[in-house]
Amino acid sequence: MSEMQDYKSSLSDVNSRKFETFSYLPEMSEEQIRKQVEYIVSKGWNPAIEHTEPENAMSSYWYMWKLPMFGETDVDRILGEAEACHKAHPNNHVRLVGYDNYAQSKGAEMVIYRGKPV
Amino acid sequence: MAKTYNAGVKDYRETYWMPDYTPLDTDFLACFKVIPQEGVPREEAAAAVAAESSTGTWTTVWTDLLTDLDYYKGRAYAIEDVPGNDEAFYAFIAYPIDLFEEGSVVNILTSLVGNVFGFKAVRALRLEDVRIPIAYVKTCGGPPNGIQVERDKMNKYGRPMLGCTIKPKLGLSAKNYGRAVYEVLRGGLDFAKDDENVNSQPFMRWRDRYDYVMEAIQKAEAETGEKKGSYLNVTAPTPDEMFKRAEYAKELGAPIIMHDYLTAGFTANTGLANWCRDNGMLLHIHRAMHAVIDRNPNHGIHFRVLTKMLRLSGGDHLHSGTVVGKLEGDREATLGWIDTMRDSFIKEDRSRGIMFDQDWGSMPGVFPVASGGIHVWHMPALVNIFGDDSVLQFGGGTLGHPWGNAAGAAANRVALEACVEARNEGRELEKEGKDILTNAAKSSPELATAMETWKEIKFEFDTVDKLDVQHR
Repeated sequence: MSEMQDYKSSLSDVNSRKFETFSYLPEMSEEQIRKQVEYIVSKGWNPAIEHTEPENAMSSYWYMWKLPMFGETDVDRILGEAEACHKAHPNNHVRLVGYDNYAQSKGAEMVIYRGKPV
Repeated sequence: MAKTYNAGVKDYRETYWMPDYTPLDTDFLACFKVIPQEGVPREEAAAAVAAESSTGTWTTVWTDLLTDLDYYKGRAYAIEDVPGNDEAFYAFIAYPIDLFEEGSVVNILTSLVGNVFGFKAVRALRLEDVRIPIAYVKTCGGPPNGIQVERDKMNKYGRPMLGCTIKPKLGLSAKNYGRAVYEVLRGGLDFAKDDENVNSQPFMRWRDRYDYVMEAIQKAEAETGEKKGSYLNVTAPTPDEMFKRAEYAKELGAPIIMHDYLTAGFTANTGLANWCRDNGMLLHIHRAMHAVIDRNPNHGIHFRVLTKMLRLSGGDHLHSGTVVGKLEGDREATLGWIDTMRDSFIKEDRSRGIMFDQDWGSMPGVFPVASGGIHVWHMPALVNIFGDDSVLQFGGGTLGHPWGNAAGAAANRVALEACVEARNEGRELEKEGKDILTNAAKSSPELATAMETWKEIKFEFDTVDKLDVQHR
């Protein structure tokens, strides 16, 4: 059994702030992001891109990047919008959303570009 | 032509056995497993159950003729063999909707599982399933919030939620208890939970517990930037006391409270669910005492019926069993009542023990809660079995981590997210579980240590994968 470790997390350390689903895993690679986009498309959900300043991540409403891409199934187009949003807001969290209009909920939501912790 | 009055005892089947009856869409339907006393024919026993759970008494009375008993009576309309059990049979009974007070689970149960269960003509009796007509469903409040609203309130999407029951279940002081809650929440769980028998004992009064738990929630939220909750148990000796505790939880800003629906009773539960709906509070439901009622395969009430009663009475979470943990349950039957909690329409499916179509219309769904003896190695199977709309609760599997609660919580959170990510990528969780977890542990020493602590379990379920009716 390995040596006991301290659990590093505190109010004063901004790196302790998480951002819900997949935020306990290492940042996703391009290939991993692509697979999540493919999953959303395969489910028939409507992809959307949103972003926010990391300090406002707990707000229900992030800034929409344009409108949700209703009916969009072209994975490269969706990835392109995510990248464009990231380039325009390099310090912000950028999240990928899959709107499930039948459940009236989000079937998927994950931060794919991590902003600069503040 | 009007009937004449003939005093005396008639065979039940003359009145209550109606094999040609076609049930109406508005009828309540019930399937009982009946073991009759020796010498009692099946039709007579089925008719007796129909009579004793509706209008009948043991002898004809003159006042029967003052009403239209043929309209109000229960009708035994079919009989079937029980696979694998020669002495039992299924009796299908239809009840007119007017027999039941609107919005009253209490009234449904008092009729369907009242006196009839002590009736001498049957040796054993089990209510296997019921069909609630949609017309009646619409008279019930149901879950105060439902799955979709809870996801929005808690800001959890695209994955199951994670919880942990605080242990030891009895004996901690309020402040030490709050410490345990804080640790699991800062480590990455969404919810902590009062154990069912934590009410308001001398060692920890409810108000003190609520105060410290609320501080734990607020600090963990500030620290992690994520929404957190802890099921504050409001189960109490009297309804007045229950509502007093619920009001205080609301005053503190707690997002969720909890209730034991069987020990406290359906009157209390339905009242509390209505209060939660009025006050924007999530409601977690525990099921202490269910095994007394549902475990005997020949007598009692099947859990799928207790599930339907809870969905009508109201609750946002309900314990469902885990399939894989210490409280092992039949996989197919469990999948059946999980669907019954969550879906809008459930088809009859004998392979899951579901005897009737059930239409819930627009009634919100309930999150099934898998809790009891589960740890990180179970995660791939749990995500596969329960899907996203569930709460996975690791008690010992969080608190028993050698580095403490926060590390245990982080291990579970990493394992969960790794499994969800892999599932989304199209990987087969139960086959590739070991690889998925081992890979995730490379960047999480907490997970690596949890895996070492609880060792590997097998991801094969062939041995438990048997149907209720076949292995009896």
